[in-house]
Amino acid sequence: MKKAGKGKGKVVIPGFGMTMGITVSMLSLLILIPLASVMAYSFKMSLPEFAELVTRPNIVQAFITSILCAFIAAVINSVFGVIIAWVLVRYEFFGKRLIDGMIELPFALPTAVAGITLTKMYSDNGFLGKAFERIGIEVAYTKIGIVIAMVFIGIPFVVRAIQPVLEKLPRSCEEAGLMLGASRSVVFRKIIFPEIMPPLLTGFGLALARGIGEYGSVIYISGNSEKNKTQVVSYIIMQKLNSGNVDYEGAAAIALILLIISFVMLFVINVIQHVASKRTSA
Amino acid sequence: MKKRNYFVSKTVAVALAAVLSVGVITGCGGKENAEDSNKVTITNVSYDPTRELYEAYNELFAKHYKEETGKDIEIVQSHGGSGSQARSVIEGNDADVVTLALAHDITSIEDAGMIDAGWIDEFEGNSSPYTSTIVFLVRKGNEKGINDWDDLIKEGVEIITPDPKSSGGACWNFLAAWDYAKNKYNGDEEQMKDFVAKLYNNVIVMDSGARGATTTFVENGQGDVLIAWENEALLALEQYPDEYEIVTPSISILAEPSVAIVDENAEKNNTVDVAKEYLEYLYTDDAQRIIGENYYRPSNETILNEFADTFDLSVNLCTIDDFGGWDKAYEDFFADGAIFDEIYAK
Repeated sequence: MKKAGKGKGKVVIPGFGMTMGITVSMLSLLILIPLASVMAYSFKMSLPEFAELVTRPNIVQAFITSILCAFIAAVINSVFGVIIAWVLVRYEFFGKRLIDGMIELPFALPTAVAGITLTKMYSDNGFLGKAFERIGIEVAYTKIGIVIAMVFIGIPFVVRAIQPVLEKLPRSCEEAGLMLGASRSVVFRKIIFPEIMPPLLTGFGLALARGIGEYGSVIYISGNSEKNKTQVVSYIIMQKLNSGNVDYEGAAAIALILLIISFVMLFVINVIQHVASKRTSA
Repeated sequence: MKKRNYFVSKTVAVALAAVLSVGVITGCGGKENAEDSNKVTITNVSYDPTRELYEAYNELFAKHYKEETGKDIEIVQSHGGSGSQARSVIEGNDADVVTLALAHDITSIEDAGMIDAGWIDEFEGNSSPYTSTIVFLVRKGNEKGINDWDDLIKEGVEIITPDPKSSGGACWNFLAAWDYAKNKYNGDEEQMKDFVAKLYNNVIVMDSGARGATTTFVENGQGDVLIAWENEALLALEQYPDEYEIVTPSISILAEPSVAIVDENAEKNNTVDVAKEYLEYLYTDDAQRIIGENYYRPSNETILNEFADTFDLSVNLCTIDDFGGWDKAYEDFFADGAIFDEIYAK
């Protein structure tokens, strides 16, 4: 990496000036300027108005619902993402390529389609919902439904973050550990886990951030009931924009809070990751 | 080698820029000579459950327009939640006409300066060529015995209705219930609030729009009763005649979906005349019949009576004027902190 940046002779894509220019203008046009305008809109409110809006019980509740469900979903994704990545890297089996490709389907599928399909499957006359109902668990139109939608959209982040690291981890490391008398769980905890910890955190963070802001797939399965506490933040934002009195400032204010929360989370995760990767490479 | 790469990338960049700018230019210029050629294009931005109606109507109108002028007309339809459709027009969706669920959404386009004041008197009947009302769709057999609004507040009745804070159409549902309570409790506001609070406490899934609510009730099998627009209920009944029944409550509201020309866009697109004709033609007998066939109530009384078998014409209908018009109704009921917020989720 470092070599490519500094050793001029080895750069494959030419023109630092041009590529950097493209990078900066892309970032500005697509990310920085729109985000700045979100801030500008929400700053149209006075501070007391802003504080009153974002502390309304239904809005606070929506934040709790979004963050809680996204967190649970990210944890589930972390566990199963590691297992899936492990299977895909370490074993050869029929249809492996196909399964590997399927991991990315949640990226490709329009989230609304996923939402409608999941709702149909998990509502109590859908084929999966029926099975859950028999054991007394309602999935669609509850927080469980929201978590399932978020697991669906978040799983590729974790799998794709861990896969390359696992691929690079030589099997000989594990073998050496086993030869030296470590148990399998010790090998996993002391050798494998420290290696996949940084990418796992990245995947976790991305899945979490994606889940907190998710709209399309969640909106159908959640039922959007304030009473059952299944309104998510993105729904509240859409409510502000779709209602008879379009409330841009209110929507932007809530979006700003969401942005700050996501930023802080990603920041914290990056710090942890930084520390963790230092420790492993040392 | 290095030089060549640079050349290639530069060529690619230039080509890309060229493609983009061509796209932009054609994108902007596409509509400008709409009426010069032999083909006219107009855009009708409508709300969710009018898909079937306008599919049928556009065909009729295209035929009429061809006979009249010899020109082909292409009508681009757009459907979605009424409020978000209005917003999309304000934000630049190039609609020549809007046909939305309630006057309030058109007023918000007027407030943005894109529709001239007085649009509501431009066409007959408050610019509503068709109306509808709010009814109940229940599962065959009506096991919970739902016959009127009263039955909806009983314990154990599960209701599906969309969120009035996000769906304009759903405001009509709320107001119909409110009007029933007003009659029942002689205007005692505490009791009326209590009534609608109980009703909305029985709502198990609150979708963001009318079509979503219908899907939840019909496809996903949730709830005992769907509070729905009559046209949605009749459409569901047509698709599944053996599974549902319609219950018309004793009191409901006259839902008046309004239509208007988006003056600013129509002038820019040179489509004022055709847009006007498009909306006026909705009032002709042929169009009114198509409206009836698509389960909206024709505004023409004679033709409405032709469909007396389809619609329960005995229901007592209040109108939005009984609530002081949309602006006031919106402030009183659906603004942040207004009555809906007060009664819901307590």
